[in-house]
Amino acid sequence: MESILNYTPLIPVFPIVAFLSIILLTRDNKRLSSTIAIVGAALAWLLSWAVFFASLGAKLAEHPYVQELAWLPTGSSIFKMSVMVDPLTAIMLVMVPFVATLIFIYSTGYHNVGKREISEEEWLRLTRSGGKEMPEAPYVEPKYSRFFAYVSLFLAGMLTLVVSGNLLLLFIAWEIMGLCSYLLIGFWFYKDSAANAAKKAFLTTRVGDVLLFMGLALLYSKTGSLNLYEILTAEKIELLKEATVTLGFMSIPALPTIALLIFGGAVGKSAQFPLHVWLPDAMEGPTPVSAMIHAATMVAAGVFLVARMLPLFEPLEGSWWLNVVALIGAFTAVFAATIAVAQNDIKRVLAYSTISQLGYMFAALGIGGFIAGVFHMLTHAFFKALLFLGSGSVIHGMEHGVHHVAHHNHGHGEHHDHPDPQDMWNMGNLRKHMPETFWTYLVGTMALAGIPIITAGFWSKDEILAEAYEIWTHEGLTQGAIPFIVWLLLTIGAVLTAFYMGRQLGLVFWGKERTEAAKHAHESPRSMTVPLMVLAIFSIGFGWINIPDNTPVLGPLTESLGIAGWLHEFLAETHIAALGEKYHGVPFVMQVAGLSSLLAIAGLVGGIWLYKGVTGDATVSAFERDPVARLFAKIPLIGKPLWRMLENKYYVDEIYSALVVRPVVAFADFLFKFDDAWIIDPIVNGVGRFGRFIADVGRLIDVYVVDGTVNLVGFMADELSAGLRRLQTGRVQNYLVILLAGVLALAGLFLS
Amino acid sequence: MSSIPLNWYLIVAALLFCIGLFGALSRRSAIGILMGIELMLNAVNINLVAFWRYVEVDGLAGQMFAIVVITVAAAEAAVALALVRALYRSRDTVTVEEIDLLKW
Amino acid sequence: MTLEQGIFILASLLMLGSALAMVTARSMFVAALWMIGTFAGVAVLFILLNAGFLGIVQILIYIGAIAVLILFAIMLTPDVMGLKPGPRYTGQWPLAAVMASTLAAVIVLLLVRAGNDWHIADAAPNVTDFAVQLGEAFMTTYLLPFEVASGVLLVALIGALVIVRDE
Repeated sequence: MESILNYTPLIPVFPIVAFLSIILLTRDNKRLSSTIAIVGAALAWLLSWAVFFASLGAKLAEHPYVQELAWLPTGSSIFKMSVMVDPLTAIMLVMVPFVATLIFIYSTGYHNVGKREISEEEWLRLTRSGGKEMPEAPYVEPKYSRFFAYVSLFLAGMLTLVVSGNLLLLFIAWEIMGLCSYLLIGFWFYKDSAANAAKKAFLTTRVGDVLLFMGLALLYSKTGSLNLYEILTAEKIELLKEATVTLGFMSIPALPTIALLIFGGAVGKSAQFPLHVWLPDAMEGPTPVSAMIHAATMVAAGVFLVARMLPLFEPLEGSWWLNVVALIGAFTAVFAATIAVAQNDIKRVLAYSTISQLGYMFAALGIGGFIAGVFHMLTHAFFKALLFLGSGSVIHGMEHGVHHVAHHNHGHGEHHDHPDPQDMWNMGNLRKHMPETFWTYLVGTMALAGIPIITAGFWSKDEILAEAYEIWTHEGLTQGAIPFIVWLLLTIGAVLTAFYMGRQLGLVFWGKERTEAAKHAHESPRSMTVPLMVLAIFSIGFGWINIPDNTPVLGPLTESLGIAGWLHEFLAETHIAALGEKYHGVPFVMQVAGLSSLLAIAGLVGGIWLYKGVTGDATVSAFERDPVARLFAKIPLIGKPLWRMLENKYYVDEIYSALVVRPVVAFADFLFKFDDAWIIDPIVNGVGRFGRFIADVGRLIDVYVVDGTVNLVGFMADELSAGLRRLQTGRVQNYLVILLAGVLALAGLFLS
Repeated sequence: MSSIPLNWYLIVAALLFCIGLFGALSRRSAIGILMGIELMLNAVNINLVAFWRYVEVDGLAGQMFAIVVITVAAAEAAVALALVRALYRSRDTVTVEEIDLLKW
Repeated sequence: MTLEQGIFILASLLMLGSALAMVTARSMFVAALWMIGTFAGVAVLFILLNAGFLGIVQILIYIGAIAVLILFAIMLTPDVMGLKPGPRYTGQWPLAAVMASTLAAVIVLLLVRAGNDWHIADAAPNVTDFAVQLGEAFMTTYLLPFEVASGVLLVALIGALVIVRDE
């Protein structure tokens, strides 16, 4: 079995080969390109599962499988690139390439492969129109091959991240994913909104990435290594505890600094408050991208990184910086869930839901629940991918309806505004028109809401809640204040989750069709619905890998199958080299499970029931059509603004715009206008006016003297600017001389 | 032990470097600048090899670096001369003072 | 003064002298010829430093390839051949001269001040079969730099071809 592990480094190679061959060779042949991408992903998937099965009996927790390659000679030592397989890697390998392969298959249908090809001129016209003009559907995505190249590169990055045993390699993979995310969010860059969303995502995550890189640099300077299996050992962590970082005249402890910087990177990538703003906008990308990158894999990379580096957070003792992780996670979970309740775009609801669920995972890690957090990350990947793909299917069907209606209205010669195919208020009763999408979507919704027993989401969410509950009931409210807050917030989040998902089901699948387009929506092709069904099976069945053995009925049943608490067994000894202790398990807690089941069912049913009868499409104001908004409107004074606040995501975007974006733009503008508009002109003009004012008012001072002064000042300013301007000669040699002068000045400083 | 102190090499290399620097900073012709840069690279190579010879006797890194520098110099010369040719064709001059599209 | 020192001083003088002549030559063509002298001096220094292989490489590549390449470029460019008259320096040459000599003074000062305070190894390097050692190192420890350098070279050559190609 060991021999299969030797092939681990090959896993990311398949998709990267697919990427290169599509970009360099086959991009003109659309169908061949997508086939290559799918084959690459599928091979990676098969090899990943082979590695996973090889790792089952291999005792990888104590001695992770490691393969090294000399990379850079750095002075006396050699920097090594390495691949590492431990239980956490193995379990990620189960999820990532499998979900990716399904999404690749789905994408072929989503981009209408085999349908009418669009001509170059038509595509250019579409590009120039800024997305206002739509060609007659269905047509093959013009950048079809490029899409598959990007997603293959992304998959290679993600798999590298998972198997990497070296933090620098991990960081490289991390950045590759960031790049692909940028390219794919801005995939339809002829729409301004998509181009802006891509920029926003790139810049926002960059904030986190810089923090992460600082953390890694600090880690390297303190431990002399970036290899996980060398850092995550008891001695190295002891060393880090003693170490301090000198910052000017202050000296701060190294371990919390490094841990929090790394967490900063995770906050950016996993879209946690306060860096969550990019993820909802990222929905501008094609839906398969949203499913893969912005729900199942890349955003989970932040959780994965924190889980990887968890020993630095001292999970068994509960350090203060671990509490930071817990609080940010729990806060984000509720914060995003409240926003999701007031969103109208089908994908935006799911985006906020993703942020919220990632918050659950961080909260779980933050109270030391390593296994619970990882478990939720895995199940969430399946059902959230399912939901996104389902929403993509709905949008696909709606687009068909929109085009159908537009085509028929064409004869009447009137201009018709296309209804937005993503706005849930334009849908309704799609249960009838898209039955397969509906059933699978229902499964995904139930898993996300945590409908008891039958869904995977129930088992994983319940484990987080049970973990928090166990800790605070054991340690009392003063010792266990953080777990109590986590438990309370996450329970509130669970109700909200069930409710907004119920709302979505009610709006999309129940009730009456609220637009013509919805009446003409049709079921998506097989290539889209089959991946949905496979994911639906996993959204139900995946929970079975970690049912606690004291669960009534199911515990003994899974025990007899030998899989009771399997994931727990598998992961418990991860990080044992660093912690010296294994993670403790969580039993089944009837009170917690009962309460959350009750809340989930109530929320889901309540949501469907409230929203299935609504009338009024996207053109009607929220306070007339939305029952919850109406409820808010009844609260005097604060009701309506409160709803508006939810609808506008607590104005976080506006606040950032005012505090960060606008000052930066203004500063750039200021520099841009420095010489003419702002400094020189106002000085000249101002002085001139002032002089004229004096002359006009006084008429006593000789006109020529005043004028002369004014002119002199203006002349001086002009000459000064002309002189300064000449610094930019355009001749490189001038610049080099100035550079050399700087070097000499520094040398002088150094010598004196 | 060699009878030549390490410092001699370093001083000669420094002088060569500064002569090259002067050439790169003051020549009007783009090719003259390029030649100055080649001198600077040679000076660096002398340093690398001298340190290898006197300090890092057992390693190979000094010579390796020097070989890589020579490779880069070759690549640089090829690209730079191609640029000079292209420039000459399009602007009929290789005098850097006349190539100042980026000025105010 | 040993023979070694004598050779060193001669080679250094040849090298620095040619370098000075190179940067002051009026004609680019002459400058390029002086440059060859400099390269030859450097090669002698390499051989004195027990780096015979590198000395040969220096002659082959710098004199045989780069210098010849530059000569060709000069001959193909009438502007440089001195057919168009004009000063050889830019207006800032006095400044550049002052700065370069200051830099030289600073470095030499530092080196003299440092004296012989280096971790000089006791033994001379073992250079029997040195080319073999280098070759093996390129295929093992330094495989990645080797591949990267070859990649850079290839890209540079293709790039150069693309740039000079007639439209």
